[in-house]
This record gives sequence, structure tokens and C-alpha cells, in this order.
Amino acid sequence: MTTALKRYGLGALAIAVTIVVFIVPLAFMALTAVKDRREAAKLDFSWPTTFNFLENFQDVLSARKFMLVTAFINSTILTVVSVTILVILAAMVAWILQRRRSRWNGVANFLILSGLIIPPAVVPTIWVLQSMGLFKTLPGLILIEVAFGLSFCVMLFRAFIASIPKELDEAAVIDGCGPVRLFFRVIFPLLRSVIVTVIVVQSVHIFNDFQNPLYFLPGDANATVQLTLFNFQSQFATSYNLLFMNILLITVPPFIMYLFFNRQIVAGMTAGAVKG
Amino acid sequence: MTVNTAPTVSATRPRQAEQPKRRKGKSAYPYWFYLPAAVVYTALFLIPTFASFFFSFTRWTLTDFTFIGLDNFVQFFQEPALLKGLTNTFIYGVVTSTLKVVLGMLLAVLLTSQIIARGYLRSVIFFPVLLSSIGVGIVFTILMDPSKGMINKALAVVGVEGPAWLVDPAWALMSVALVDVWKGVGLATVIYIAGIVSIPQEYFEAAKVDGASSFKSFFNITLPLARPATATVIILSLIGGLRSFDLIWAMTKGGPGFTSDVIASVIFKQYQAGFYGLSTAGNVVLFLIVTAIILPLSMFLNRKEVEQ
Repeated sequence: MTTALKRYGLGALAIAVTIVVFIVPLAFMALTAVKDRREAAKLDFSWPTTFNFLENFQDVLSARKFMLVTAFINSTILTVVSVTILVILAAMVAWILQRRRSRWNGVANFLILSGLIIPPAVVPTIWVLQSMGLFKTLPGLILIEVAFGLSFCVMLFRAFIASIPKELDEAAVIDGCGPVRLFFRVIFPLLRSVIVTVIVVQSVHIFNDFQNPLYFLPGDANATVQLTLFNFQSQFATSYNLLFMNILLITVPPFIMYLFFNRQIVAGMTAGAVKG
Repeated sequence: MTVNTAPTVSATRPRQAEQPKRRKGKSAYPYWFYLPAAVVYTALFLIPTFASFFFSFTRWTLTDFTFIGLDNFVQFFQEPALLKGLTNTFIYGVVTSTLKVVLGMLLAVLLTSQIIARGYLRSVIFFPVLLSSIGVGIVFTILMDPSKGMINKALAVVGVEGPAWLVDPAWALMSVALVDVWKGVGLATVIYIAGIVSIPQEYFEAAKVDGASSFKSFFNITLPLARPATATVIILSLIGGLRSFDLIWAMTKGGPGFTSDVIASVIFKQYQAGFYGLSTAGNVVLFLIVTAIILPLSMFLNRKEVEQ
């Protein structure tokens, strides 16, 4: 009796609370996004009388000379390129770090830990970027995302590489495999599952990044999606339907990721919870 | 790429992998694999970090600097607007991480117990973690509107007069912190779930046989054995909370006045105003605070774990 009560009663209570706390704000966002301008301005939680999905969609996309479209392209390039570089560089570092014990290990571990903890210094980073001619350029921002994401990725890769038997490397070397071939042909394919985790977690992270584009890639010409949203905030101050449609659109990519890679995302983000 | 390695291939034997000194550069694990990552990391993270210590003592225009000693730091601790940012950073970090630890733990215990709809609950609690802070910030800014917002309308229905949230100086920072918890509690929950399911079931069964209440087994089994998870949640949310910028910038921009400013938003404001030296000093202050809190804390949390 009591277990049944707990099972259903507590469950039902939890469902009710999550609906109020989590579903209602999300539903409010989605509903407001399809209302017409006047109805959206009331800001209430109600079923739209008319569905204006297509009109709002077109209006948001065409606003400011299709800035959102440009931003989506920029964000896609930023995410794909920086995640690709991150995966390759971090896997290379993690592999050597895990396999070759040397006096550099202590230094490398210390640097990785620093990267996880230390907040990046903003203006000095701009100063460095400027001296390299990369300030306010997409390649510059890509390198920034790589630099700031390395520590986390190396950590994930390292834990995984520890579980690959060293005999495998030795067998490959006996068969005449050089380091580059050994890594890219033998080891890299074995890392598939952790690579998926790194890709998914980092792409959501970089796609949602606001602070770095704000500092290192300012200007409307090459805005990323998070910046457009921020810039539109004042422009759409009176048309909440368009503002919310914009939020809805930039929520779609992470949502799709979540639908397909739920397990990997959780695995990547909880790494370290058990081992500490 | 493969052409380069041809001589290495014939010369390398497995043993030599462990003797890097004798055949330098011919190991199966060459040091140059570090190189690309090291270059990017050094140029864009290490050099700026070291440079920040230097430039925080200067008045700086990016092309030119004059050394002004500790003036920037003095200003940081004297000007009320900047000092407020300092205390707010502490409050924000402590409030968000405490709430995440407590709520995350409770939700994880609930979601690992035998209740219905666990899959739904887990997904819906975790999903906000993946949303963009700016999007969440804008949605909640509207929901928290003092008169038109849904939250206060709903509170009025049950007869409670809600606070003015973001426009009330006393509530602004707390409001943002609450939204931060709304967005981040899912991560704390899944970390705790991972920690709790790794506890061997035998402990709970043995405790049950000995007649321990579920209350008792929570405090004597779950809580101590989920310690690594607690450590992870505290450290992660403190690092995030102390550095937090996105949500505050999207919701209040540090306002009303400067009552919800944190160091990260002060850094941005000083940068926008062109006070690069002062902005960098803010970075150094944030760096010192974060390391001064995180390092001893993580050492403490990890040592206790070994003692058990």
C-alpha cells in the first residue's frame, strides 16, 4: 500500500511540479512564437487564436537583411570547424599524455587543470588576437573556442584511452606502424564512442556560446546566432512573437542533438561524477 | 604525413617506446603530438593569462600603456559599483551552487527510487541545460515582468503578491540566480544519479535488514557514498557561478543601477568603456577569487574521499 502510494503519488506530484516549472515556460515560448503581434503583446499563457508560424518564421529570417540566416551559417561554420579541430588536437594530446610517462606529464596535468578553472583574461586575449590579425574574424573565434575547450576534451579522451590495452599499440608498432599511422588508423577509430560524446557536448556548448562571440567577434556582419538574439532584443521590443520565434529557432539544433544523443550528452557531462 | 614516418617505422621497436631518452624522436609516442594543441593553448590562453597580471598594473589602450601600480586594484575595492560586483559574485556563486547541490540531490534520490515516469522526469529536468542562456534569460525576463509577467499573475491568483523580481534592487540578483538554478539543476541531478547508481545495492539491502529507515539510509549510505558526485557538483557549479556572465547580461545587464553586477559583467562594462587596464584588473581579481576558492575546496573534498 505505502509503496504503491509512493510510486504513484510521488510520481504524480513530481509530474505536476515539472509541468508547472519546466513545461509551462517552454510552452509559453513556443505558443508566443506562433501568435500574431497584438496577441503576443499581452504576454499571457493562452492558446493562440490564429497560428502565424509561417509569417513569423519569414519575418524573423528576413529581418535586417536576413541577418539570422547569415548568423546560422556563421554559427554552423564556427561549431563544425572548432569541434573538428578540438577532437583531433585533444585526442592527440590525451594519447601521448596517457601512454608516455615523462617529466612533462606533471606540467601538462597542471596546465589542463588551469584551463578548467581559470577564467580567460579578456582584453589580453584581444590584444594577442589583434597582433595576429585575427581579432573580429571567424578563424580567430574558432581558435579561441579550441583553446578554451581543450582542457575538458583532453580530460574526457584521457579517461577513455586508459581503457585501451597498450599491447594493441605494441602489436601495431611491430607490424611496422609509425606514430602517425598508429594514431590515426589504429587508435582514432577505437575512440569512436568518446569522440561522439565530445562532439555532441562541445557542439551544444559552442553553438550556445555567447560571451566569446560578444568579445572576440563583435559587429553585425559576422554575428553568431546567440548575438543576433541579443541584438534583436531591442529591435523586437514590441513584437514578442518575433523575438520568441527567434529563440525557438536557435533552440532547435540543441533539441535535435538531445533527441538523438541523449545518452552521450549525459555521459559526457557526468564524467568524473563517480571517480571524482 | 605518412611519408615522414617511413624511417621511424623500420627503426622503432616496442621496447623503445618506454625508453624515450635513448632514441629521442623515434618513440611510438612522439612529443610533437603535443605541438598543435600547445601552440593554440599557449598563444590564446597562457600568454593572455600571464599578460593580464602585467597589464592590470597599467593604464592601457592596447597600443600604449603607462604603469600606474596598484591604482586599478585600489579603484576596484573603493568604488561602490565595482565592490558591489565583488560581493555579488560571492553571493551568486554560493546561492546557485548550494541550491543546485540540495535540489540536485533530492531530485536524484527521487529519480532513482521506484516512482512512475522516471524517463520523462529525467529528460524534462535535464533539457534546460542545453538551452542557450540568452534565450532562457529573455524568456524569464518576460515571465518575471512585475505587472504583466506570468509568474506574478499566477502568484496573484493564489493570493500572494510577488516581488518586482528584476526591477527590484533587493531581488534582482536572486531572481537571476533562481533562473540559473532552473537552467542548471538538471546537470547536478544527472551527476548525482550517476553517483547514486554506482553505490552497490547490497549496502541498502543490509541496512534494510538491520531495520534502518529510508531517512537513515539516505544520511548514512547515500550521502557519504555519493561524495564524489557532491564534489563534482559543488566544484562545477562554483566555477560556473563565479564566472557567470551570460544570464546576468541577458536579464539585467547588472541593473537596476549596479545592484546585480558581478565581476564578469564589470569586466565587460569597463572593457566597453575603454578602461582596458581596469577591466584586466577585474580579470585578475576574478582569477584570484576563483583559484582561492576552488583549489582548497577541491583538495578538501578529494582528501576526505580518500580517508573513507
